[in-house]
Amino acid sequence: MRAWLFNVGLAGYIALTSLLVYSFPRSVSAFLLFEASLLFVYYAPVSRAAKLFFAAVVLIVLMPLLGSIEGYYLEVAIQIGIFAALALGLNIVVGFVGLLNLGFVAFYAIGAYLWAIFGSLQANAFIPGGHFPLAPAWFFVFLLLSVAAGALTGILLGLPVLRLRGDYLAIVTLGFAEVVRALVNNLDKPVNLTNGPRGITPIQRPPLFFQPLLEFFGFHSDPSALYPLYFYFLVLALLLIIILVTRRLENSPVGRAWKAIREDEVAAVAMGIPVVWMKLLAFAVGASFAAAVGVLFAAKQGFINPESFTFMESIGVLAMVILGGMGSIPGAILGATIVTILNLQLLKGLSLWLNALRQSGMILFLPLLGNFDLSQIPAQFEPAKYERMVFGLILILMMIYRPQGFLPPRQGGSTKLTTGGSTKLTTGGNTGEKQDGAA
Amino acid sequence: MDGVVLGFMYALIALGYTMVYGVLEFINFAHSEIFVIGAFVGAEILLGLESSGVLAVLSPALVVLLLIFAGMLASGLAAVTLERVAYRPLRGAPRLVPLISAIGASFFLQDFIRLVESLWRNTFYLNYPTLDILDKNLSLGAAVEVPLKSVLVIATALAMLLCLYLFVNKTKLGTAIRAVAQDPDAAALMGIPVNRIISLTFFVGGAMGGAAGVLFGLHYSLINPYSGFGPGLKAFTAAVLGGIGNIPGAVLGGLVLGLMEAFAASYLALLTDGAFGAEYKDVFAFAVLILILIFRPKGLLGEKVREDGA
Repeated sequence: MRAWLFNVGLAGYIALTSLLVYSFPRSVSAFLLFEASLLFVYYAPVSRAAKLFFAAVVLIVLMPLLGSIEGYYLEVAIQIGIFAALALGLNIVVGFVGLLNLGFVAFYAIGAYLWAIFGSLQANAFIPGGHFPLAPAWFFVFLLLSVAAGALTGILLGLPVLRLRGDYLAIVTLGFAEVVRALVNNLDKPVNLTNGPRGITPIQRPPLFFQPLLEFFGFHSDPSALYPLYFYFLVLALLLIIILVTRRLENSPVGRAWKAIREDEVAAVAMGIPVVWMKLLAFAVGASFAAAVGVLFAAKQGFINPESFTFMESIGVLAMVILGGMGSIPGAILGATIVTILNLQLLKGLSLWLNALRQSGMILFLPLLGNFDLSQIPAQFEPAKYERMVFGLILILMMIYRPQGFLPPRQGGSTKLTTGGSTKLTTGGNTGEKQDGAA
Repeated sequence: MDGVVLGFMYALIALGYTMVYGVLEFINFAHSEIFVIGAFVGAEILLGLESSGVLAVLSPALVVLLLIFAGMLASGLAAVTLERVAYRPLRGAPRLVPLISAIGASFFLQDFIRLVESLWRNTFYLNYPTLDILDKNLSLGAAVEVPLKSVLVIATALAMLLCLYLFVNKTKLGTAIRAVAQDPDAAALMGIPVNRIISLTFFVGGAMGGAAGVLFGLHYSLINPYSGFGPGLKAFTAAVLGGIGNIPGAVLGGLVLGLMEAFAASYLALLTDGAFGAEYKDVFAFAVLILILIFRPKGLLGEKVREDGA
């Protein structure tokens, strides 16, 4: 009876919010309400089948429909998907194993450049014969190749550095990402591999293999309208695969070993867990996710340059994982959604709003401070430019007030090993003995 | 010469990392922004002096001294505030928690400086006004000419290092810092106010960073809120290179790294026939960091720490 009520409520909410988005296609808040429906679906006490059904309706039917009305929403959804996939990859390393990786963006860059170099004219610069760009169908081959390349680089980086203690590891991974970026930035000579700071464009997009099918059914749409939808479904599919893999891994012996290492490495060794192998595996899995997302990113953007892969991006993804809750799959997705919307919609919306205020020239009367001319708001004060400040605040405040994140992993069943349910971020034996004393 | 200047700059910044690490065993990731705050305070004072016309009257030596002291004070206070707000609530938490908070603080401060400067001057790229005397050269003998700027950096850095050495080794407060670094519990039992000593450590480390910031500004003249990232990371590398937590180690590490970087900048192109040029000097520095951490995680002077017990 109650479940029935909730089902109706959810259906009503979804219908109402999509109507809202439909009738106010420029409104940020309507879109936010619509996006929140997924959260309600996740939390509502209804059956699993109902949840899946609602999620499918929202993601597969409504989102593309609304997106074809207002293309910007689809762009936001694609961005959220890309970052959610990245956050899930980092979540394995930071959340499950407790290794702080500050250079995650390096693997993303490797994937992106892998397809960008061979999927554009770029490769002709060092492989003679004019075979490039490769045909669009190679995109899927490179998606698989990038998984291998990501795993390989993850292992290559991991092999020497995984013996290091937690905070050193963080700095070394950061250094690694900077090295990758410097290489990408400078490898336009002696052999032009990456075209340096100018970046690579145009990059092949994946093939529209289903177009004959659409035409068979009588849909005649031009590719430029089709591509955003296509990328949306590609990102969705990739995200689904990553979620499934992560979930299966989490509930496998490997996942339990990872968490054991996170909780107490010495005990994990004593229980016979091959710690180094497990850490390497986590590095490889996380890196391969990031590389696959990178291929998709390159194909979607059609243009990449080293600026897309700065330390800033690594911290952004880290902020997503921490905001949602380390070690939690829905948490990583929620974190990615919040941060992306914050970046793309809220901050930009606030900037536009302030601009409008400035231009209105209104004079605001404040009770104690006297009159304030709104056109006096300095032009430099644009919230959209201060995303570092936002990320920084997120990290500090979360660490102080809610280190376990908004959606901490559920403790239950076989993983009921942790005390207090808080995700412990630690490696190595001598954890914080000094800090305890100084507190 | 560039290498030596760079080396002393790194050494001054590295001291901040190494002192905090010695006391709290934690990487103060936001130290690079403390350094930038020093540079900005120096620039603001110099610009203020210039616009009010006092600059022409005062003797340059006095101006430089004033700048360095102001930078030290501002950075020291900023470091203490940072510790109170972002790190102290997290003491006793697992190691990586304060590190993440420090990264957050670093990002926050970068944009905070940018915001303040944007509101104040409508731009956040500041140019140090030139002090004419610094552009002159000092001739040593007939053939060797040294820019006065470099002399200033080296002389100031040496003086500060000497003061720091005396402070840490010869005064009561310095002894207290060393005691807390060795064993905070025992230090507390001996009646040392541990929290205040930790604040003091942040102040001293921050002040060194602030002085380095002013020197950086005077030497390279162009600063922006994000210019701390590179030197900060290099200085951290220097601290690790010398053995983190070890004060002479930080100085040695800074000098070695600075010289190596200058060497890489000028000779990498020659060694590789122009295939890899000066743009790889950063890669070189990080490669050094990774190699040290793998083969000698205790740093060059790491063993000495244990023997001295300091």
